[in-house]
Amino acid sequence: MEKALTELKNNECGIIATIQGGRGVTDRLNALGIIPGKKVTNISSSPFHGPVTIQVDRTKIAIGYGMAEKIIVLAE
Amino acid sequence: MKTLLMGNPNVGKSVIFSRLTGINVISSNYPGTTVGFTQGFMKIGGESAQVIDVPGTYTLEPACEAEEIASKFLEMGDVVINVVDATNLERNLYLTLELLEQDIPVVVALNLWDETRHRGIEIDLDRLRTLLEAPVIPTSGLTGQGIKDLVESITSARSSRRVQKSREERWGEVGRIVKEVQRLSHRHHRWFERLEDASVKPVGGFIMALAILASSFYVIRLIGESLIKFILDPLFQNIWKPYLMKLSGLLGSEGFFHGIFIGKLFEGTISFTQSFGLLSSGLYVPLAMVLPYIISFYFILGIIEDTGYLPRLAVLLDTTMHKLGLHGYAIIPTMLGFGCNVPAILATRVLESRRERFIASTLIAIAVPCTSSQAMIFGLLGKEGGRYIALVYLTLLIVWILLGFVLNRLMKGLSPELLIEIPPYRMPPIRLLVQKLWLRIRGFIIEAVPIILAAVMVINILFNFGIFGIIADVTSPLITGVLGLPKEAVVALILGFFRKDAALGMLALLTLTPKQLVVGSVFLTMSFPCIATFAVLFSELGVKNLIKSVALMITLAFSVGGLLNLIL
Ligand SMILES: Nc1nc2c(ncn2[C@@H]2O[C@H](COP(=O)(O)OP(=O)(O)O)[C@@H](O)[C@H]2O)c(=O)[nH]1
Repeated sequence: MEKALTELKNNECGIIATIQGGRGVTDRLNALGIIPGKKVTNISSSPFHGPVTIQVDRTKIAIGYGMAEKIIVLAE
Repeated sequence: MKTLLMGNPNVGKSVIFSRLTGINVISSNYPGTTVGFTQGFMKIGGESAQVIDVPGTYTLEPACEAEEIASKFLEMGDVVINVVDATNLERNLYLTLELLEQDIPVVVALNLWDETRHRGIEIDLDRLRTLLEAPVIPTSGLTGQGIKDLVESITSARSSRRVQKSREERWGEVGRIVKEVQRLSHRHHRWFERLEDASVKPVGGFIMALAILASSFYVIRLIGESLIKFILDPLFQNIWKPYLMKLSGLLGSEGFFHGIFIGKLFEGTISFTQSFGLLSSGLYVPLAMVLPYIISFYFILGIIEDTGYLPRLAVLLDTTMHKLGLHGYAIIPTMLGFGCNVPAILATRVLESRRERFIASTLIAIAVPCTSSQAMIFGLLGKEGGRYIALVYLTLLIVWILLGFVLNRLMKGLSPELLIEIPPYRMPPIRLLVQKLWLRIRGFIIEAVPIILAAVMVINILFNFGIFGIIADVTSPLITGVLGLPKEAVVALILGFFRKDAALGMLALLTLTPKQLVVGSVFLTMSFPCIATFAVLFSELGVKNLIKSVALMITLAFSVGGLLNLIL
């Protein structure tokens, strides 16, 4: 099922399907290893639309809510 | 020959740089330590070669200012040492592949090698060398392992000029390489890895943050006060003072030179906080009042920096910081500001937009008191009771929040989204901690002490010619009328432009009430930045924004100071 990264629950995994941002956002995310096909795990989501922390490979990355909404994942 | 040190942020480039060149630079466990560039020299086979520590970058296609600098450097270099985090090949090798496509020899330093074993990571070095067609040297910035091999491999490195690939192809290749060379054995969840995740979770994280900040504050005061009480004050009182008294006698206990070197005597003896001569207060203020807090603050900050806690604080405060027109990362420069505003404002370079940088720098310069100011505020208000000190901090906190809120409303543009790598917690290596602490202490002694001495001397000379009397009369409507301070306080407020600590020290001469001390402390913190901060604001923001920022500071300092005078 496709959903936004922000909708993943704690410890839920998903495979990145698409990034719906402009080039700038996509570039910055790609550089950190957030690219379609990679597996991501939600580590925590902050309340009040705060950042989402995920794990990709061995890296933990915190992503602002607005940016995380643009990342679409295929939840398992 | 120019050697470039390149790699992702936070992979240990600064530490490797120190190892290669013998120049100590400050390294920390968060992305963005190296924002400018540093250069030094190392010996390769008896010849001296230039080494440049390039700001960390994830890719050669620049996405922010620091990364733009990185790709420019590449054009000037002769050879690249690509520092790679061995515990995170998946992300690091992308830049490596990009570098290998360039027409420049590349040596790969597989750093943090010491960390791989207990993380259950095994890397087939020979296979990696074959796949990359480049020398790969396992290194540890911590122990110095592999540094010699690294230097030796530089001369034999050849440019491989692999075919240019598209982004997808590169990531595909990274995946294939990692799969072939890396073996992960199952590892048990270490206890502090659980702590690692707890610190970004809302409730646990909040409690942890409060606990960490409160205990840091407590320990900083404890160490600072103890250093003063048991070491530095006795040193000055028992050893230095007898010599000074002899000198005072030789100079005849009064007169022009006595005034400059020793200052005024109180009941026939020197008062280190009030005499205000070069050799009395001029040395006592920086060395016995400020230095102890510099030592304790940077000791604690060093630990917090190196464990990797700060990026977690950034995540936790992100939502709040957005209300101030910033994102969570801005908390890192802000924390540095409690040490000294100058490196703090430099550190705002990691923020993406000019708008953010303006807001962050202005907030730091106005509402974040540096260690020098804080030490003096403790010194001045400590005897009057903790609630006065709390009042100063509370006022500054309110100003910080309100001003950020207003600037966010007034300035066009949005605050960009946070995007930050959360480094693993690491045990801070003692050797690096001590080395970093020493660098910062030395920085304070070299940069601050001469300015304080010069300021004290100039003030004394001007006093002698009665110039301040005239200024005090002219400005008295503002100083006495608005702030409720005696008109002589203007001298301290002017001195604040040079050094906040010396200026606050001058307030001690005026026998002020606690309320006046609170007003004076708040005013001095908020008003004109000290000259060093002024210079860095100028170079970082440009003239126009500097003027805006300073105008804000002066207006706000008078308004808040005046308000405090009315309501207290
Ligand atoms: N265990 C271990 N820690 C290291 C090593 N190299 C660097 N560090 C630590 O990793 C952190 C980042 O290092 P730094 O040099 O600031 O990284 P830079 O941002 O790439 O310059 C610091 O806290 C260092 O103490 C290493 O080889 N082993």
